[in-house]
Parts: sequence; C-alpha cells; structure tokens
Amino acid sequence: MTRVSMKVDGVEYEDDVEPRTLLVHHLRESLGKVGTVVGCDTSNCGACTVLMTDPEGRKQGIKSCSVLAVQADGREITTIEGLAGPDRTLHPVQRAFHEAHGLQCGFCTPGMIMAAVDLLTENPDPTEAEIREGLEGNLCRCTGYQNIVRAVREASAEIRSAGGDAEPAPPSPRAGEAQTPDSGLPRQDVPDETIPQPVP
Amino acid sequence: MTVTEVGSARRRKEDARLITGRTTWTENVTLPGMLHLAILRSPMAHARISSIDVSPALATKGVVEAFSGRDVADVQGALPCAWPVTEDMVLPDRPPIAVDEVKFMGEAVAVVAARSRAAALDALAAIEVDYEPLPAVLDMEAALADGADLVHADKGTNRGYTWVFDSGEAGTGGDAAAALDDAEVVIRRRYVQQRLIPAFMEPRSVVVDPTGDVYSIWSATQIPHILRFLLAAVTGTPEHKVRVIAPDVGGGFGGKLQVTPEELIAFVAAKRLGRPVKYTESRSESLVSAHHGRDVIQDVELAARRDGTVTGLRVKLMANMGAYMGLVGPGVPILGAFMYNAIYKFPAYRFECSGVFTNTTITDAYRGAGRPEATYAIERLMDELATELGLDPMEVRRRNWIKADEFPFTTVCGLQYDSGDYDKATDKAMELFGYDELRKEQEARRAEGDTVHLGIGISTYTEMCGLAPSRVLGALRYGAGGWETASVRMLPTGKVEVVTGTSPHGQGHETAWSQIVADQLGVPFEDVEVLHGDTRTSYKGLDTYGSRSLAVGGIALYNACQKVLDKAKPIAAHMLECDPADLEFAEGRFRVRGNPDGGRTLADCALAVFAAHDLPDGIEPTLDADAVYDPVNFSFPHGTHLCATEVDTETGRVSIRKYVAVDDIGRVINPLIVEGQVHGGIAQGIAQALFEEAVYDEDGNLMTGTLVDYTLPTAADLPSFVTDRTESPAPDHPLGTKGVGEAGTIASTPAVVNAIVDALRPMGVNDIAMPCTPERVWRAVQGGAA
Amino acid sequence: MIPPTFDYAAPTTVDEAISALRDAGEDAKVIAGGQSLLPLLRMRFAAPSTLVDLGGVEELRHVREDGDTIVIGAMVTHARVLRDPLVNAHVPLLAQATSTVADRQIRHRGTFAGSLAHADPAGDLPAVALVLGASLEIAGPHGRRVVPASEFFVDYLESVVAPDEVLVAVRVPKQGSWVGRYEKFNRVAQGWALVGVAALVRRENGAIAEARVGLTNMGSTPLRARRAEAALAGADSPAAVGAAAARAADDTRPSDDLLAGADYRRHLAGVLTRRAVASLA
Repeated sequence: MTRVSMKVDGVEYEDDVEPRTLLVHHLRESLGKVGTVVGCDTSNCGACTVLMTDPEGRKQGIKSCSVLAVQADGREITTIEGLAGPDRTLHPVQRAFHEAHGLQCGFCTPGMIMAAVDLLTENPDPTEAEIREGLEGNLCRCTGYQNIVRAVREASAEIRSAGGDAEPAPPSPRAGEAQTPDSGLPRQDVPDETIPQPVP
Repeated sequence: MTVTEVGSARRRKEDARLITGRTTWTENVTLPGMLHLAILRSPMAHARISSIDVSPALATKGVVEAFSGRDVADVQGALPCAWPVTEDMVLPDRPPIAVDEVKFMGEAVAVVAARSRAAALDALAAIEVDYEPLPAVLDMEAALADGADLVHADKGTNRGYTWVFDSGEAGTGGDAAAALDDAEVVIRRRYVQQRLIPAFMEPRSVVVDPTGDVYSIWSATQIPHILRFLLAAVTGTPEHKVRVIAPDVGGGFGGKLQVTPEELIAFVAAKRLGRPVKYTESRSESLVSAHHGRDVIQDVELAARRDGTVTGLRVKLMANMGAYMGLVGPGVPILGAFMYNAIYKFPAYRFECSGVFTNTTITDAYRGAGRPEATYAIERLMDELATELGLDPMEVRRRNWIKADEFPFTTVCGLQYDSGDYDKATDKAMELFGYDELRKEQEARRAEGDTVHLGIGISTYTEMCGLAPSRVLGALRYGAGGWETASVRMLPTGKVEVVTGTSPHGQGHETAWSQIVADQLGVPFEDVEVLHGDTRTSYKGLDTYGSRSLAVGGIALYNACQKVLDKAKPIAAHMLECDPADLEFAEGRFRVRGNPDGGRTLADCALAVFAAHDLPDGIEPTLDADAVYDPVNFSFPHGTHLCATEVDTETGRVSIRKYVAVDDIGRVINPLIVEGQVHGGIAQGIAQALFEEAVYDEDGNLMTGTLVDYTLPTAADLPSFVTDRTESPAPDHPLGTKGVGEAGTIASTPAVVNAIVDALRPMGVNDIAMPCTPERVWRAVQGGAA
Repeated sequence: MIPPTFDYAAPTTVDEAISALRDAGEDAKVIAGGQSLLPLLRMRFAAPSTLVDLGGVEELRHVREDGDTIVIGAMVTHARVLRDPLVNAHVPLLAQATSTVADRQIRHRGTFAGSLAHADPAGDLPAVALVLGASLEIAGPHGRRVVPASEFFVDYLESVVAPDEVLVAVRVPKQGSWVGRYEKFNRVAQGWALVGVAALVRRENGAIAEARVGLTNMGSTPLRARRAEAALAGADSPAAVGAAAARAADDTRPSDDLLAGADYRRHLAGVLTRRAVASLA
C-alpha cells in the first residue's frame, strides 16, 4: 500500500492505495465519486475524463483510467461532481449541454463535458473543426456529436460574453446538487440547424 | 393562450442528473457484503473442455467461490430464444456457462467471486482448463455445404432454419420467378452486411441481491420486464419473487435487448452464495461477448422494364446467427423481409432466408434490425438499375414509388402502409441539398480531372415502427405480444405520476411522456413524474426497442389520460352541481359549457377523491387509470436522405461534404429529441458505411476486440447534418406519431455508399464492400481503372 | 480491467531512479506519462514486478536551449512541447507532429521521450526524431551515454535502453533553415497512423537542396526513406517532387495486417511524402 493525498472537488483526501489502483477506481470506489465512469480499457472512450493539475498547477483534462492513483499524489482534481459553482449554479458547459440537447443516454457526458471544459480553457473561441478535433479523445454513441459541438459553441459564446473563462470556480462539495432550469415557457423556436456545414 | 407542450422543444428532464454525475448506473450500485464476479472466457472458437479445475482459484487471496459450468450444470438453466421463426427451427440449448464444449471465443467457462474486483480478476489466471480444439465453422457458405464441420454435432446441420415468403404463394402479389424470366432487364448483385457491434457506451453490468424477500436484480438492460418474465421461466423462480430494476442505462441500440449469460451467471452465483454479487464487463469483454449485429449475405435479383418500372424482386439471404440463437436473433432478418420492397409498388416478390450457425458470437438486434439491411440492398439496386438504363437514380425511384394519393397502400408483402408523401419529402431534400448544382459541379470536376471525386448518393426509405400488433407477432411465431401499458396516478395535490412499461436508455421518455400528459390533463410539465424501469413500480410492460415506445406506449399513455378525465368529469359535475354532459375540459379545468368562469380543476377533483367526503353515489374514489394499447397496425415513417462525398482517389479517403435528411415520422412530440435521434441514427449508419466491422481471423479469434481495432467514429470523423421534416400523421391513433429511433440508421448507410460508388463510376467501379475504408476504396479505384 | 499487482518506486532524482531499477531487477519498468503502458497493464499484456515512476524527478521536467540544440527532459509532456516557446521557435516540425499524437487528454500526460522509448513503429514521433537528427541521453549504473536516433530503435517495441537504464532527455538540433511537415494517415481520428511521413527539407534558389524523409509504420522500426531523399535533392518542380516521392517506400517491408495491406502502405508512403514535401514549397 502507498499513501496518497489529493484534493478532489474541493475536499482533501488521504488514503492508502495499492499501487495498481487506477485513479478512476480510487475516485469511484474509495471516494464515492461515481459520477466519473469507465467505458473502455484502452483509453479510447474518454468517459473517465477529469481535470487534474500538472506539477505547475495547471488544470488539464486527463483520462483517469490511464493514470494510477499514486501518480495523482499531491494533485488537485475536479470531476463532473465538482464542476458546478459553489452556489449550485451549473457551469456554462453543463448548461449548454442541457440547452443544446448534447446528451442522450448520458454515459459519455461527464467525460465529454470535462473534455469540453478543458478545450475551452485553452481555446476560448474554437471553430467547429477545432471543437471536433478537440473532442477526438471522447466517444459518444448516441448524438452523432452534432449537438455536442453545438453545446460547446454555445458555451464558448456564453463564457466569452460573460467575460470569464472556462476554468471552473473552486469546487464545492455541494456542486453536485446543481439543478437544470426546468421551469418557464418552452422555447418553440429551436432551429434544426444552427451550425454551418463544413465545406472541405 | 394555452401553451401546447406537444410539438415544443422542451429541454430534457433527464439531463439534470446526467450532467452533474448524480446518475445511478448499475455499476454504481453497492450493497453490504457484496462480492465481485469475474468470468473466465474461452480463448478458442470451438473446443471440447477436456478438463477444468477451479480449485487453484479458490486458494487465491480474497476469493470466496469459484465454479465452472460443470459445477452448476443442473441449476444454471438455459438462455431463452423468444422467436423460433419456423416450426422446425434448430434450437440448441445455450448454457450461460459452457459445460462440455465452447462454441465461440469469449464464451464463459468459469466464474470467480471475490471480495474485490481486482482479486476476482487475479484469480482467473489460476483456473486450469484443457481445451481439445475442434474445427471452427466460420464461413456461412461452407457451413451450409454437404459434409461441413458442425457447430452443434448433435443437430446434424448448421442450417438453423429456412424462412420463405413468396407473394405468389401468399396471394399478395405475383410470381417473382416468372417476373425475372420475363424481364427486359435483370440486375443481380451480392451485397454483404458486415458484422457490427452495437458498442453502447455503458458496458453491461448486473447486480443480484438474494438477501431480501425477493431476488432484486439491477441490470443495464433495455428489457427489465422481459428479463423478469424469462429469468423466472428459465430458472424456475416464482415470478413474484423476482424484481428487476433497469436504473440509468447508458445506451442500447438493440445491444441490450437480450437475456444475457452474465445475468444468469450473477443470479446463479448470488443464489449459491446467499450474498449480493456484481458483475460489470470490461469493454473488451463486451466487444467479444455481447451480441453482434448484421452479418448477412444478400443475393438479390431485380426484374424491370426498360422504362425503369420494376416488375419483380427475389431475395436470398444467409444470416449468420453465431453459435446459438439469441433472444430475437432468428427473427431479425424476418423483420427485414417485409421491407425489401421499400417504398415501391413492386408487383412480385420472393424472400428466402437461412439462419446459419457459426463458431462466432451470437448476432441479434442492432439499431434497425433487418430493416437497414433490406433498405441497403434495394437502394443500392435502384442505383444499379438507373445506371443500367441510363436514367437519373431519383427518376427511377419516382417511377416506382407509391404516390401520396395511393395511401393506405397494401404492399406486395401484404402490409398496409398507413400514410406518407414521398414526393414532398424528396422535393424538400433535393432543395436543401442543392442537387442540381452538385451534379453540375460533379461534371465540371470530372472534366477538369480532379483527383478528388464528388459523389452524390440517394436513399429513400420507409420502415415499420411500433412493434407491433400482437396478432401479427403471433402469426410470425414471436414469443410475446406487442402491446404497451401506461398508468396515470393523480396525487391529492394535483401532481401526476406516470408509470410506463417502456424502458428508456437515452430516448428521453421522461420528457416526452410529461409533454403528452401536460397537454392532455392540463397540468404543468414540471408537475409530471415519469416512473419506469423497476418491475415493482412498473410491473407490466414490453420495454423499449424497435421504435415502439412512443408509437405504442405513447398511445397507451394518451388513453390512460382520457380515462382519468372520464373519471374526473362526474366528480367535477358533482362539485359544480351540474350535469356531466354540460361540462367541457380545457386547460386543466372542467367548465360548464358556455361559461368561461369558475369550474373545477383536475387538482380539485384529485383532492375530492382523496378526501372522498362528498362524492356522487357509486363512484370509486380514485382518478387513477391504466391503459394497455395494442396497435392495430405498424406505423411507416419514411424519408429521403442525400449525401455528397468527396473521394480522394489517391488515398481512398472518403469525406462527407454534405448530408441532408428529410424524415417524415408523423406527428412530433419533441423536435429537439427527434433531431437528436436522427443525428445519432445517421452517425451509426455512416459508421457502417465507412468505419466499423467486427473481424474474425481464420481460427475464429475476434480481431476487433478493443476500441483500438473496432473503430467507432469520433466527432472529428463526422460532419454536421442538415435535418428537416415533413409530417404525415399516423392515421390509426390520436397522437399521430410513428417512430424515429432507427430511421437515421436505416437511411444513411446506402446514401453514403451510393455516393461513393457514384463518385467512382467513371472509373469502372460499381460496388465497394462495407466498410468503405480508404484501402478498399483505393483498391476499387485500382481495379476499376485497370 | 485492472492491472496486475506490482511494487512502486517514486524516486526524486535520476540517481534514485537508477538505484530503484537496480534494486527491482529485470522485470522492472519505468513509467513516465504512462499513456502507452497503462492500457497494456490494464489488458494484462504486461506484468512488471516494479514500476519506477519518473513523475517526481523534477530535473526531467525542463526544456532548455543548449547552443544549437533544444534539450527536452524525459518528463516533458506532449502538451508542454506544443506550448513551449523554444520548441515552437526552433523545432516547429516537432510541435506540428505532436499536435497529431493521440488526443488532448493523452497529450496532457504522455511524454515526448516516453513515446520514443516505447519504440512503437506506429508512433508518430520516432520518425520525426529521426529526420530531426535527435539524439537520446540515457543514464545507467555506469554513467550517461548519448545515442543518435538513427541507432536508438532496435525492433518492434525495442530500443537500446537497457532494463537498468533511464532515457533522461532528448536533444533535438534546431531546424535552422530547414522546414518540415508531418503527414499522418489514419482511419479514424483516434486511430494509429497506417502510415506517417515526416519530411524536412532545405531549399536553395527555388529547388530542394537537401531532404530528409522519415516513415512511420513502414517496418518494425521507424525508417528513413533514403532513396526518396536522394531523389528529392535538386527537385525543382512538382513533377520532380512527385517522381522522387514515389520512391518513399523503396527498400521498406511494411506489415500486412488488419489495418492495411503492405502494398497499400507502400502506396500511401509515396502519396504522403509528395504531399508533405509539396506543402513545404
């Protein structure tokens, strides 16, 4: 067993782990962070994507199935459960996935959202092609990606118009309780197509 | 002004938990004392198990139990097949854990239960198995030849069944053989529907808790109700002692329409141990052991006159069943049988399908199930016919398709197409696509000698949704009916609980069902809670597959709402001291006709029956209502998809430049959800055309056993799609809805391949096997140009 | 899946890492970013007795300039390479090729040196290291040695790094007046290269004076396309470049496998070489 400490979604944890323990299993099974899921064993699907600081403290999207828990010693991690703001408001990327119908079964969604946050942190105004390439490490089987791309564009616009950046607010333990805005009149005017067609 | 929920792009209720990570996937379920299972799987396609010893695994740290098929042979039951398509279909027993013989790579041979998943996995290596290899049967034609090696030696044949439909014999049309003999033009082709893997994103997982008064089973399944019924049947467990829960389920696409070995293994293990157990497959286990789809060889012959009028069609299929018959696997090609004539007025048709055993993973339903295969074959053939006759491919289709004023139309298969307007959908698609401009550009670029060729592909389609009228299913020897249920519970505060027998795994039923109820009962969308997926709350239902949930379950829900109103009306009348006949219901309120003021809301009535202090005589104090709807017909959505591809003849790379889909799926409850279904469907169909194939080597080893080799498209591999709709409501029921889950997958595959072939026709190419990988396209160009 | 058990060492200096390797014996394995190793461990295709993690070795995290050379430490990630000003200024080919490696998340963890040490001929960067004339600094129990990239790759997944040694840095000469381009051809965006071509050329008076062409996945190690390089020298027209590029696969023996046939790979090598060189006009 090896002792590791890490800060996950704003809370410090210190645990003894077997060196072979994958970060994602540590998050899920020791810390109860079951919002982050495992979809493959070859690091193709990206469903397990979380943000983790590098040695310089820069938060980056990583696949938590391809990192050992011992390699995360001393790092700070944000999962889907810590993404919403401390006042339980959704992160703009979460809100955009809801608004643009960027998810169906939702299994890829935690990883997809975290990958999108990572992308927007580095590139606040990506083109459609940059979004598609930026999400190439994440598989979705339901949406055909179109509404995911739309969601990332909408989130990008919202973040820029608010003058902020995509980096999430310091996580709070209550972030997982955030609600979607389900009230109010339905929007009748959703166009089938808001994304221009790529012309090679 | 009343807000109409139906037709509005409501954001989904489901999203809140899914975007914040508060989901209940089966893998998240943890119970006190729970043990973890790991399964040892066969590394060989076909072998006798000469000896197996699990005892070394028992000595491994953390292991509580280990057993092989032999240890549980008497209690493990056999996996069910619900669709014996012919009376004499060969139906071998399919044990959850192989006992004497393994018949496909990945088949379970032994099980370990341990205190942690890691310990269970570690112990697998200690199990000692001696295999005595047997010849692997892989090729369908070889399997059907005389003297072939056999998958099931005791059955004496690899032919599982032969199912025939002949319009001449059925009296629904002419004689296809005669039509072919007399034809001015005959097009003969062989098309291969490669084997695909559904590859839902959530790996399958099952938890069984035997410690309560009933067995509680959580499973990542599309079919909790069917699982409960069949698990009780095959294990001899009283049905009322089995509770199945499908919590959040991460996609299925038909791939979770199965009673699986893993579910029975977990059940057997839990019963044996008396403790809760959990099994979650790894992705590589999923790819090799969860059922596959397609894998059909199609020999098709089309007879036509020189003016393009089709006079007959003959279809002969070999359908790879894999090593055993799956839950509905034998019936999948039969679902396609009724769709080869597609949207056309073919006068004569013969269909013959042989289900063939091979030493491979079983095949079964995968998005579209039979209908994509049929649509692909006929839409490829119509292009070939057009080429043969020198006609525009759309023109050939127009000359044959059913006209709007001919509905309802009885087809050569005897189905009655309910409604549609193929001209309207096609015209809209052609306009959005810019068909004529693209044809001009194609010509110009060909003239310039551009090495990147533009191709234009057409796919017009219809499909049969809303599985299904029970009497039809009975006639097809399907083991269940096709009805669906809904219950509406009025809570005393006026809030509403809906119980549905459908079992969503991404489709957004909670949202769409709430929209239907909101309109019918005049309650706010937010006041409706939709319950599903737990046989304790939803005890009856036939689950979600075959684009049936809205087309059947939605009608049940509509009918249940009407029953609630029927019950509420006399109560409202009693409170208003008027005759029920004088009341009308609108915007959630009963009012005396002609008097816009006053009245009583449904909530008033709900509270009145809750108190029950003052009700009319003889009235049962409840507004709750159940409804079961058995559809009178299938529904037949249709559409036209157009695809423009850029084909780099130097590398063979195909990229999709433009994709237009105009679908007519009847009336729409939620356009946002519909759009999402269409996008996802198109993506899966494109994936068949360009990217995906499950490949076995000559020994029967699955070569595409990880997501490195089974290449699912990413966002960077797909374009955006232009989607639009026309609307021909289903005439058979009040909602007018048809079904959309499979439409995109059915239509898109031939659109893409037709576009690639269209690009390369000047080079002498008239077909490319799927998936049209760069290498295959490049080879076709080499061969064609030679 | 879950990796098999192993012991774990977390050295903080290169010397400690070497001691840890010596203590652990033959079956020990070095882990840097782990992006190639972790999937192998999870599938249980590898079962090291001990993992020696370089993650805590601070001295390996730097990119520095050393005269005409950029020195990239063993723990420098692909993401760091992509944003590093020295790399972008002096070895832009490396940055461009790195942008095609795997995906964002993997580039955040995977390292340049690790992808060379892994010696996968389907990896993108070994061919790039070849054409850039990189050399690799290896530390072992008997001190340090520097091996040119041309001698580093031995066979499929095999380099000259001995079990008791650690690759500590990659020394990459500045491109100077050379311009480069990496062309990758894969089936899906996540896919490994069926074939990749790293082209580096120096022009004089409108013609190609010198060219280097590196090939990904055209054999059991990354290769130089020497005949194409020779033919490219002096090429002054698209036709001449095309003719020279067509020789890219000469003397290669690419594998014939599920992903692609050998003849197709050979054909692609020619097309990609032509496209890479043509893009450098």
